[in-house]
Amino acid sequence: MTPGFPPEFCVLFLGITLLLADSFFSGMDKRILAYIAICWLAVFFAATFFLHASPLWPVPNGFYETDALALFFKRFSLAATILTLVLAVEYAPVVERFIPGSKPGAGLGEFFILPVFTCAGLMWLASSADFVMIFCALELVTISFYIQVAYMRRSSASLEAGTKYLILGALSTGFLVYGIAWIFGITGQTSLRGISLVLGMVPVAGQTALLFGIGLVLVALGFKVAAAPFQFWVPDVYQGAPTPVTAFLSVGSKALGFVVLMRVIEPFFIAPFLAAKIGSALVFLAGLTLLYGNLAAMPQTNLKRLLGYSSIAHAGYLLVGVASLGAPGAGRAVVFYLVGYLLMTFLAFLVLVPVAKASGGDDISHFNGLGRRAPGLAFAMLIAMLSLAGLPFTVGFLGKFFIFVAAMQQQHFVLVILGVVTVACGFYYYLKVVRAMYWQPAPEEAPPIEVSSLTHFTIAFLAALILLLGIYPKPILEFLP
Amino acid sequence: MSPLLFLILVPLFAVAFILAGAPARFTALVGSATNLVFVLVLIALYQMGGEQPYQFVSSFPVIPAMGIHFTLGADGLSLLMLLLASLVTVAAVAVARTPEKSPHWYYASLLLISAGGIGAFASIDLFFFYMFHELALIPTFLLIGIWGSGDRQAAAWKATIYLALGSFVLLLGLIGLCLIQPDGMRTFDLRAIIGLAEAGLLPEANWVYLLLLVGFGILVSLFPFHTWAPQAYASAPAPAAMLHAGVLKKFGLYGLIRIAAPIFPSAVAEYSNLLLVLLVGNILYVGYVTISQRKLDWMLGYSSVMHMGYIFLGLAALNILSLTGASLMLFAHGLSIAVLFALSGELRERTGTLDFAELGGLAKPMPAFGLLFGFAAFAAIGLPGFVGFAGELLVFFGSFIGGDLLMGTFGGREFFQLNNYQIATVCAVWGVVLSAVYMLRAYRRIFFGPLAARWAGLNEISGPARIAAAALIVVMLVTGCFPGLLIKLIGAAPL
Repeated sequence: MTPGFPPEFCVLFLGITLLLADSFFSGMDKRILAYIAICWLAVFFAATFFLHASPLWPVPNGFYETDALALFFKRFSLAATILTLVLAVEYAPVVERFIPGSKPGAGLGEFFILPVFTCAGLMWLASSADFVMIFCALELVTISFYIQVAYMRRSSASLEAGTKYLILGALSTGFLVYGIAWIFGITGQTSLRGISLVLGMVPVAGQTALLFGIGLVLVALGFKVAAAPFQFWVPDVYQGAPTPVTAFLSVGSKALGFVVLMRVIEPFFIAPFLAAKIGSALVFLAGLTLLYGNLAAMPQTNLKRLLGYSSIAHAGYLLVGVASLGAPGAGRAVVFYLVGYLLMTFLAFLVLVPVAKASGGDDISHFNGLGRRAPGLAFAMLIAMLSLAGLPFTVGFLGKFFIFVAAMQQQHFVLVILGVVTVACGFYYYLKVVRAMYWQPAPEEAPPIEVSSLTHFTIAFLAALILLLGIYPKPILEFLP
Repeated sequence: MSPLLFLILVPLFAVAFILAGAPARFTALVGSATNLVFVLVLIALYQMGGEQPYQFVSSFPVIPAMGIHFTLGADGLSLLMLLLASLVTVAAVAVARTPEKSPHWYYASLLLISAGGIGAFASIDLFFFYMFHELALIPTFLLIGIWGSGDRQAAAWKATIYLALGSFVLLLGLIGLCLIQPDGMRTFDLRAIIGLAEAGLLPEANWVYLLLLVGFGILVSLFPFHTWAPQAYASAPAPAAMLHAGVLKKFGLYGLIRIAAPIFPSAVAEYSNLLLVLLVGNILYVGYVTISQRKLDWMLGYSSVMHMGYIFLGLAALNILSLTGASLMLFAHGLSIAVLFALSGELRERTGTLDFAELGGLAKPMPAFGLLFGFAAFAAIGLPGFVGFAGELLVFFGSFIGGDLLMGTFGGREFFQLNNYQIATVCAVWGVVLSAVYMLRAYRRIFFGPLAARWAGLNEISGPARIAAAALIVVMLVTGCFPGLLIKLIGAAPL
């Protein structure tokens, strides 16, 4: 990695430039901003392949990691942001309806620019290896999300979602800071590398306090990744937020939450007096999340809400992977799962947005007869749902397969059995969407569904990628640390 | 490049063409007929091909770090199953009636089920063996849900979730099978795993066997995991029921014969009592349930569950006689149940009901239909002259000499002078009587007795359905009279 010039700065610079452009050229079509952002982010994405992961790049006190994991998740964040912007362009008419403004397109600019700042935060998060750095990056991400979730000022659902997210997010931030303070108090370190060095010297009297601190940090990260029992905010926020933001939140925020989780618990796993306790806490979280997410998703009738619960369920599978981190390949399994999750979630949302726009709502019943109204969209949705459910030949299946292999290696048999039972639940609620699309008749005089060519292309690309990686996952596996 | 890849790709390309707008029925027929011809050619090549058990092998690394390769290959047993799959596919496509609702999806789904079955039987790598089977899950869901009859939604949900659960249990079993291998040698290649087992490098792992038994058992509708099957087959459109009951369900037993028998012989022996109890449940309990059915489609669904018991018996006894018999039964049952479902589908098209109470005397308006149904029913019972008879006979001989002599003793005393295998065999022979009872009763109620006036004008079976049913019956008769053809093909494959 080129010293002193990490890609985050480029993204940040892009965001500021776009903000300036938005205020100076107030008459232009705001969509141009989104297209510019997409192009530049794509350029940055391509540019990351010229960077090399080197653990040697000198950061004296180790607050910034430049290993392969960080590099990988910088790409991941860029990809997620590009997809979010594609969604946002498609969704723009809905946002315009819910924002009062003196002229058309007022207030739309920031809707396209804020994700860019979130992206910078996510990329920093991927590299953070120090609690202070983690905290700052996390706040950059979260605060920009507060605005985005509540973006549609005239929609009461959006405002409600924003308030909920703000209050619970602030609460979780409180937990995080408090936990960091305890850990710092015992170890005298904030950098993860420093902590792992002094961990062996923690006196017996301080062990409980340290555990308490780690527990608080786990609670805060549990909020971020939507693990039960810290998942209360998810369904309402996901349903109320503008759809692109929901997608971004469920992919970007969750994925980087997992990266931080893996980085944070790694040094503590080395200490024998902590490993067992953290391990059992993770197993407990994973089991509860699996059960809650899957069981609560079953009766849902609103697709966005369903995807919210399903994102909790997927957090459960990911936590199974995190709880099995001792097994070789478990980290790789988690990362692979996240890639699959990115692809299939964005594919589902990319189909959801135009369908919801045409049918006037995002209930599952609005998908009735989609198989005949728009066969291409329905087929893409079929692929997304099957991949989310974990059917073979899709990337979702391989993700679950790797996770199960890691869990069985670590002999987490209870989690594996829970996982299998909940996969069956998953088939039920994902196939509900398939049923609506193919079994149910289309409503009379259903309006035609319009899809921009950019969205079309993205949908086809993601669907193909899901199938391709489901058969031949090597390209991703090779990039993984 | 293995010619077996071609076999998998033909139906997949046909699906692509159909969805792209090619004439659905014609494309499906051409694709499936091509596959049938191709399988026959492969069987001929195989028999000329010399000694090595697996031929047409090709391998392509997919996840080499975990020992996953896309390996295709076939031996006698898999070729027999491929023959079954392609025969039933042609028959199913021939029997299918183009629906008004989305005909393209209808034929595409049928071909996808077929491709799944063919892919599974042609795979040596257990990972892909598993993956291909799952290819059929969603097409089945759509076929039952969209074009089914009766309470089709409930049936589709139940079958799909049951099968998904079963397949993930199976996946755990396969992962377990991979993880018990010594570190650094882990692979999903069946040949390599059997090699390890023979070299004594695999530890005793009964839990893996049990996971496999439950996973495959759910897919094969082993008692008490069978409740999804009758309902699904009763509601499914005839071609879907033919393909699923005839081909897909054989996947589980094929897997057990392929994996459990050579790799876990000691576990199979150790848990033989459990398996014997379950399979007797299949034969006797489900047999009596079948007798009490009042509708033809449900009766056929239950009978297909019941017949799985014989094949499990062949597996449990674990000797060359019984395993060869089980392999023959796979083939025989696949064909006979396919004909029966085809005919019951034709009947439903004509009368709109399959309730025995409403039917009767149909032999008068449709004698050829009655004749075909009679042959199919006899084949299902296992009358001499049909290949089912050869299979049942071998299974019974094999299982009667199965196990050790002390198994039947309790507290030092011997009951009946029979061991558990022999008791199970006796139950299974009684099961033949049961199946004769329900088949002949169904035959009597549908085709004999007074003819209701509203059925007097029924059309005789004709066209492709007649040819397909007759052709399958001829295959069963020929292989039944010369079972040596198949036994020679199977050879030592099951051991």
